[in-house]
Amino acid sequence: MSSPQNATASRWSIPGFLGHYVFSRDHKIIGTQFLFSTLIWGVAGGLLALAVRWQLAWPWSDMPIFGRLFEAEGGQISPEFYTMLFTMHATIMIFFVIIPMLAGAFGNWLIPLMIGADDMAFPTLNMLSYWIMWPAFILIGASFFTAGYGPSSGWTAYPPLSVLDAAAPGSGVAQTLWILGLTFVGISSMMGSVNYMTTIIQMRAPGMTMMRLPMTIWSMFITAILQAFALPVLTAGLFMQLSDRVFGTGFFLPEGLAANNGIQVAGGGQPLLWQHLFWFYSHPAVYIMILPAMGMVSDILACFSRKPLFGYKPMVYSICAIAGLGFIVWGHHMFISGMDPILGVSFMISTMLIALPSGVKTFNWLATLWRGNVQFTTPLLFSVGFLSMFIIGGLSGIFMAATPVDIYIHDTYFIVAHFHYVLFGGSILALLGAIYFWYPKMFGRMMSERLGKVHFFLTFILTNMVFYPMHILGAAGFPRRYADPYHFQAFADLLPINQVMTVSAILLGFTQIIFAANFVGSLFFGKKVGRNPWQANTLEWAAPSPPGHGNFDFQPVVCRGPYEYSCPDADVDFLPQAETPPA
Amino acid sequence: MNRVWSLLFLLVPILGTLLIVWAIFGAWPLAGLWLPENVNEYGGVIDHLFNLILWITGVIFIGTGAILALTMWPAKGGSRRAAYVHGNHTLEIIWAVIPAGILVFLSIYQLNAWAENKMDRPVEVVDGEERLVPPSVRVVARQFDWDFFYPGPDGKFDTVDDFMVTGEVHVPKNQPVVFQIESSDVLHSFFVPSLRVKQDIVPGMKQFVWFEANKAGRYEIACTELCGWGHYKMGAVLEVQEEEDYAVWLQETTAKCLAISQSFEE
Ligand SMILES: [Cu+2]
Ligand SMILES: [Cu+2]
Repeated sequence: MSSPQNATASRWSIPGFLGHYVFSRDHKIIGTQFLFSTLIWGVAGGLLALAVRWQLAWPWSDMPIFGRLFEAEGGQISPEFYTMLFTMHATIMIFFVIIPMLAGAFGNWLIPLMIGADDMAFPTLNMLSYWIMWPAFILIGASFFTAGYGPSSGWTAYPPLSVLDAAAPGSGVAQTLWILGLTFVGISSMMGSVNYMTTIIQMRAPGMTMMRLPMTIWSMFITAILQAFALPVLTAGLFMQLSDRVFGTGFFLPEGLAANNGIQVAGGGQPLLWQHLFWFYSHPAVYIMILPAMGMVSDILACFSRKPLFGYKPMVYSICAIAGLGFIVWGHHMFISGMDPILGVSFMISTMLIALPSGVKTFNWLATLWRGNVQFTTPLLFSVGFLSMFIIGGLSGIFMAATPVDIYIHDTYFIVAHFHYVLFGGSILALLGAIYFWYPKMFGRMMSERLGKVHFFLTFILTNMVFYPMHILGAAGFPRRYADPYHFQAFADLLPINQVMTVSAILLGFTQIIFAANFVGSLFFGKKVGRNPWQANTLEWAAPSPPGHGNFDFQPVVCRGPYEYSCPDADVDFLPQAETPPA
Repeated sequence: MNRVWSLLFLLVPILGTLLIVWAIFGAWPLAGLWLPENVNEYGGVIDHLFNLILWITGVIFIGTGAILALTMWPAKGGSRRAAYVHGNHTLEIIWAVIPAGILVFLSIYQLNAWAENKMDRPVEVVDGEERLVPPSVRVVARQFDWDFFYPGPDGKFDTVDDFMVTGEVHVPKNQPVVFQIESSDVLHSFFVPSLRVKQDIVPGMKQFVWFEANKAGRYEIACTELCGWGHYKMGAVLEVQEEEDYAVWLQETTAKCLAISQSFEE
């Protein structure tokens, strides 16, 4: 490899500020763009969640501050507005926060650095993968200002509700904008995955064999494959729904439907077809949202227990097994949907099987910590928090995998508890840990450890206070997506516990201000660091902090695996994958 | 300070288990916050399976939580060198095979409960011949109400003497009952928590639910598939009556409904 400066200069680029910070093709700038965008959307998604919680604790009462934004309602949440709230909360958190933060922000930052490459294989495609998110941001953002306040048929957009204009106020223009928005998200993800796969296969530094890749990279690699194979099915489904809405076709609509005395529709279609297409993508999407988190947690746990990752190969194989099985379990979302119950049995068996590799990973993480020399840093705490929460989310999954039990708990708060333990307790805690861990590499400065620990302590406790009681609500039969369940006798007793949860949720929201202050403040006042502040082994820590264009100021040559911590032959308790040349 | 973190993680399984046990016993302030009493002959297996899985997962929850807290309990005197271990073949096999055994057992063990509730519609013997129990009520869901159609005195649907009641349905105790469920607009879901019955209703499909209630009383029906802004209020009542009471109710309601429809014709 020649000097990185020359390599960069020889490529097409826009000069000046625009070229450096806006239309940059540098994977690090693109990663940072993804990071900032997703953090901002995270605030929006969080506020929507708080509005949902407000309604569940104090139904139909004026919402302070937030409520004034919606003058038409006099500060009150209307039922239409409520359906929009949870639809948009899920849409934003899944498509604008978790997926693009894991793949877009951390995938971009870490893949070239951790494999020892100077950039992605296709830098221009990489830049486009970020900018193609903007049409999605604008379309989904615009949908808030349409009739019915925005799409309101749930993030699952089940027809006929999502297709018939007359079925819901939000099923008009808003739903069309939603479909188009998700199409752009899909294009962006596809560009990203192609790039990630190519980069990991083609651009590894000398000596970086596949079995020397850190778990972060393995998980990003497998995730990219999942994306590439699952996304086309969602895109096809979205276009069919668009066509049903705009051109009056009937892919998802049966004969003789009439909502709100509306006009009868074409017919000849099947509502269940959408559910199959949707979940064929959206179940793998669950793994797209958790596998990279698992990978990053594995690296952080090994680094701060100063101990080799326990069972590297079983860890790699179980990621592959999760991804493979992930394609044949989508029907577990449809046990009660009207799908043939015999088919349900086969999906039940594959779903039970997928619990196995997740279990293996959990035991390996525990064994990694076991007899380690645990360093209680903020990234470690968040990673252990992930582990602790993922255990709950994984175990509650067994209830719904058992088809007869699913009859009772399907579409109740038990499900809401389950996926929030996986996605908030799991993915989000892991992402926070990852931000604390890689922040010094990204910006050359440390985040405050003291504030970080306060942030973790409060976040961890409040997360459990918000989400754990949901199991109990679900056991009582409390259905999801109810604006006001308390007029049912069976659910009237659930009001006080919901109020406790809402207060906790609001506090959880406030706690994130500590994080925001730490994140922004450290950009300017954080302690400056050298290459390897955590004394970690993986390649990115051999590059300068932050790395310049072309990443490495020397050619890294990999001579060992990523987890050689506390080797008795070495004087220090870590052995980096590549030696840094003396300065 | 480091021990505080270890204890914090230990609190998760301890408080988590405590809260569930508390809810199961229904002590204040968590009274009525667990599964409602089951009144369906076919629902017992569901509760049994729920409790079995609760036991299994509970043990794993406490076990792994304790191990996690223990791994984080720091050694005396602070810094020590971590063990240099890359893995252990035997351990990997143990913690793959034992969970696999449990999961395979659960998969097989639940099959009957699933079949009983979703596949094998109850049969009855009429004139020495076995046949499927015919639906006694046709449930039609619409935004945002439940209409219950009865076949009327001739016992056949789609004839002139059919009649409809909105928002309330009556069934006899200790008899297998089959409902045919339909939707006239979007997806809905027929959920009766006390019966452990739930089935999404897909427009354009012919679907059935069945149960055998063993306790008289009024039980709530709730819609559990998002169907629009009024989803939250889409409830109805299912009243289980002693056989005699049910017969009286059926007769009275039939007479009343027929009288109304006749007055329309005149
Ligand atoms: Cu799934
Ligand atoms: Cu509904």
